[in-house]
Amino acid sequence: MTDWDQELGHVESAALDALAAADSLETIDAAAAESVGKRSALAVMQRSLRDVDPDERRRRGALLQASRTRIEEAVASRRSELVGAHRRAQLASDALDLGDVITGARPWALTAGHGGLIPAVQAELEDVFVAMGFTVAEGPEVETDWYNFEALNIPPAHPARGLWDTFYVELGDPETIVLRTHTSPTQVHLMEQAVAAGTLPIHSVMPGRCYRRDTPDARHLAVFHQVEGLVVDENISFADLAGVIATFTRAFFGPDIRSRLRPGYFPFTEPSAEFEITCTICRGAGCRTCSQTGWIELGGCGMMDPAVFDAVGIDAERWSGFAFGFGIDRCAQMRAGIADLRALTENDVRFLEQF
Amino acid sequence: MRVPRSWLSEFVDLPESDSELRDILDDLGLVVEAVDQVGAGLEQVVVARVEEIHAIPGADRIRRVVIDAGDGPVEVVCGAWNFAVGQHVPFAPVGTVLPGGLAINRRVMRGVTSNGILCSPQELEIGDDHGGLLILDDRGVDQVGQPVGEALGLAPDVVYTLSVEGNRPDAWSIYGVARDLAARLGRPVRAPGLAAPDGGPATADVAHAVVDAPALCARLTVSVLDHVVIGPSPAWVVRRLERAGMRAISNVVDASNYVMLELGQPTHPYDLERVAGATLQVRAALPGETLTTLDGVRRDLARPGRGLGDTGIDCVITDGDDQVIGLAGIMGGASTEITESTTRVLVEAACFDAMSIARSSKRHGLRTEASTRFERGVDPELALRAVARLVEVLRASIPGLVWCSDPLDVRGEVTPPARVELRSGDVERALGAPIEEAEVRQGLEALGFAVAAGAGGGLVVSAPSSRPDVREGAAGRADVIEEIARLHGYRRLPRRTPTWAAPGGLSDRQRLRRRLRTAVVDLGVTEVWTPSLVSERQFARTHAQARPVRVTNPLASDSVILRPTLVSGIAEVFARNRERGLVDLRLGELGVVFAHPGDVAEPRRSRGGVGGSAQLELPTETERLTVLLGHHDDDATTAVALWVTLAGLFGLEESDFRLRTRADVAATHPTRTAEVVTRGGDAVVGVVGELDPDLVLEIKGAPGRIGLLDLDISVLESVLAARPDRVAQVPSRFPSALIDLAFTVPLAVPAGDVADALRTTSVLVESVRLFDVYRGAGVPADTRSLAFAVRLSAPDHTLEDAEVAALRQQLIDAAAAGGARLR
Repeated sequence: MTDWDQELGHVESAALDALAAADSLETIDAAAAESVGKRSALAVMQRSLRDVDPDERRRRGALLQASRTRIEEAVASRRSELVGAHRRAQLASDALDLGDVITGARPWALTAGHGGLIPAVQAELEDVFVAMGFTVAEGPEVETDWYNFEALNIPPAHPARGLWDTFYVELGDPETIVLRTHTSPTQVHLMEQAVAAGTLPIHSVMPGRCYRRDTPDARHLAVFHQVEGLVVDENISFADLAGVIATFTRAFFGPDIRSRLRPGYFPFTEPSAEFEITCTICRGAGCRTCSQTGWIELGGCGMMDPAVFDAVGIDAERWSGFAFGFGIDRCAQMRAGIADLRALTENDVRFLEQF
Repeated sequence: MRVPRSWLSEFVDLPESDSELRDILDDLGLVVEAVDQVGAGLEQVVVARVEEIHAIPGADRIRRVVIDAGDGPVEVVCGAWNFAVGQHVPFAPVGTVLPGGLAINRRVMRGVTSNGILCSPQELEIGDDHGGLLILDDRGVDQVGQPVGEALGLAPDVVYTLSVEGNRPDAWSIYGVARDLAARLGRPVRAPGLAAPDGGPATADVAHAVVDAPALCARLTVSVLDHVVIGPSPAWVVRRLERAGMRAISNVVDASNYVMLELGQPTHPYDLERVAGATLQVRAALPGETLTTLDGVRRDLARPGRGLGDTGIDCVITDGDDQVIGLAGIMGGASTEITESTTRVLVEAACFDAMSIARSSKRHGLRTEASTRFERGVDPELALRAVARLVEVLRASIPGLVWCSDPLDVRGEVTPPARVELRSGDVERALGAPIEEAEVRQGLEALGFAVAAGAGGGLVVSAPSSRPDVREGAAGRADVIEEIARLHGYRRLPRRTPTWAAPGGLSDRQRLRRRLRTAVVDLGVTEVWTPSLVSERQFARTHAQARPVRVTNPLASDSVILRPTLVSGIAEVFARNRERGLVDLRLGELGVVFAHPGDVAEPRRSRGGVGGSAQLELPTETERLTVLLGHHDDDATTAVALWVTLAGLFGLEESDFRLRTRADVAATHPTRTAEVVTRGGDAVVGVVGELDPDLVLEIKGAPGRIGLLDLDISVLESVLAARPDRVAQVPSRFPSALIDLAFTVPLAVPAGDVADALRTTSVLVESVRLFDVYRGAGVPADTRSLAFAVRLSAPDHTLEDAEVAALRQQLIDAAAAGGARLR
């Protein structure tokens, strides 16, 4: 062992001793600077390598590096001990027995809070449908492929799946569990439950949060809210569907807003329709928002497809029904004249305080 | 799908007005997404001959060009380099307004006056090419002075962009749209011009067709085209392809694309000499096989993908050596592509299984014009008709083309078109109004359905081969009724608002949620909406020990894991608002949080897997109300006050709950947080306290402390539901006695226990209220002084001093039993 090697040994053990002795966040910082900083003995030894022949330089360099690594590890571990100790001490001095709080004595700044726009619009929509005789049902946001797609007559790889850009959940086999892309799986749960319990008919609306793997823009959010309606009863026809949509439209948007249907396609309804309402911006006169047509698309609807009744065990000879769905955020957007939906998720309180 | 009006009008007489046509298309469910006027604005652009080309001193990107447009030499400055003296190019003189709206002015560049511009295809909006001028000689145009629009046959046109629904394979073509319009308008639909096989050798002597996988291929036809001369397509073919959104390539490929757009049948041309044995065979790919498709990508075949129930079947085309030369119905291989020297062409026109094409297309991430048509379902009877049309179109550029006789036609398993029984009254039951049988018949027949009388006044409707979307049985009935309703017009159908006996209403949970929300907001909290997906970092920050529920295919790295708590989302909103200099924030959210099934004692189970045949474990979803209190002097005590006030609003008393200190609740301050538990200790309603000081530090400019209340809505709901019905208590009319008692209580004994002991001492105790807490001088360490105000009363008399004194002693004894000593 050369003198140089011995010197390195002394430098390292001195540094480790100094670190072990550090007892606060301030002293550990100082000790770290002294052990591995630019002016440390280690750095001086490093610089002196210049004057050594190449082979020896290489040998000493490796030893220096190993030593430096050990010291740095010691700094990190001592620092985390001290951080932990600091936090423990702070928490101990902070301790408060909440059972001792005298709530009546607590001053409370009186301020007005503001409810969210989406929950408010959702509640208003629910109220309109409740007044029309609907109950309100809810379902989970994470669903199996069966509820979100297959029971709705959308088997795996069906091209119609392209209509819904889907987030898959990392559970079980690949692509078996999804974030629901629409509120329609709740329909399936409702029908299954009603069949099992023998409680048909169903007249329900189902609001909730949905997910689509679609880059957010002014009119779409990847996480959004929808409300779905389902009626399963005897003697229900397309005329009832059109009537419910018309009544809802007037009740929610106002007496001068009309609705109309045009053919559409959803695998779970047949006949299917898109429903449009009078453009709420120009009131039907024609403007940029409605591409001069006077109408804007609000949602989709249709008569329950017999294949869906089959999947849940409802006798299509006795029962018929319809379903409809549309975006709550979109209704809010029209209601409050929000040009870009992303303002909703921004949550700037200056925005929120308007509602 | 882009549909030029001029092309459409070849098959059916259209309404004069574009807005009327648009309206009818919309009402048929062929939604018009855009209407583009094309070919207009070319009246002023004329054919010019290039006379001279000169360099401009000091300029290396532009040149001085002298042209003649019929009125003598004109000088222009031009930045294109792809033309020569003597060629003919489009010239837009000063004053022209180009289709894109660009007005041409006289300009002087480097001392040279430009009296107009020479135009590229893009500037004229007849192509995407902006690399140089449109060389008119290539299109057979050389008459100087003639308007370019006229010379190219570019009559102004309207292009409708239609959105065709997934269940309308029959409408995914120009002809299909025309057929729908004809049915609605009650007008005849004209057939396209078709060629016939016309001699040459019998196809079977030249080529071979084999279907080894009949389930994947309902029909394979193979035709041989001889005397092919590869070259450009005629102008009208190019124009139509471009207006429909496709690029012209060469006459054979263009004719194939043309027919696909017009009739909906994808076809694939191969160079016959490059296909071994001139044989096309359809089979399932074998594991280990690969194919380099036309886009230059090497693809591994027959490898199961991630998709649910995906077995990895790829339907492929092979040659006579059994080598894979194409991914059937999706994309051909590079090895058999048509080249400039091709003289004999094999044309494959087939019908492949829709589901298998859809799976392969998804698995290989390869969607093509062909695959989108096949996966919706192509008419199996269309194949040879499409080839006949292809030959007819190709003859415009190759008059000597020979279509060898007796094209090969091999059938696989063809699903026969559906036959649907429409019982008398079915239509009225479904639509709410009857539709005349004559109208039903006429409309359906115009779409190609065969309609016959059925039993009991009903109809038997047979779908045409072009409607593979029409199903059998009850579902098929719904399909046919949709067609009837569609042709009749949804807008003309009646409306009726149904009524039923069952009342509507909200559930207990929904009412609770609304009340909670209103209460919290009324108390000064602003409601936020945070995303349900959080980043890895956010998750690790609060729930390092929990298992994350990850999304397999996140859109962005900040939205990867389903949130385990609302706290981090609200804290982030808090930080964002603080950064904007907004202060005194009290923010809350009522929303769902998620727990991994592996972290839950009894995971949620649900029907899943293919056919819903399995039971799968799913994340547990819990609804929570979470509030962060960040007024400048808010802290854990504010949160406790908020909880007690909220509880009071729901008729719950402070004494119904205990605050049990917990040091291990994610994201909270370990020594200033407590669980809210019911008095029996059996249910945890939520957490009250402060945000973890480390998290507070991360919020720039945050107040020193942030109070936190986090309630589990379902537990709160069950606590409220379990309350016994109240029996009204009438307060005693006799005056109450008030006594104050101060105790020294060990720190380990909760104030609530002492209060309970006092409260239960006697029925004469009306109420107990903590009114002072003191620690410090005069009180032993490890204890604090708690002072209670106790109200005593009897229902039937005024309490005597002696009674009060006795009760006082009882209270002191009761407290002492719990470790509290009177001070």
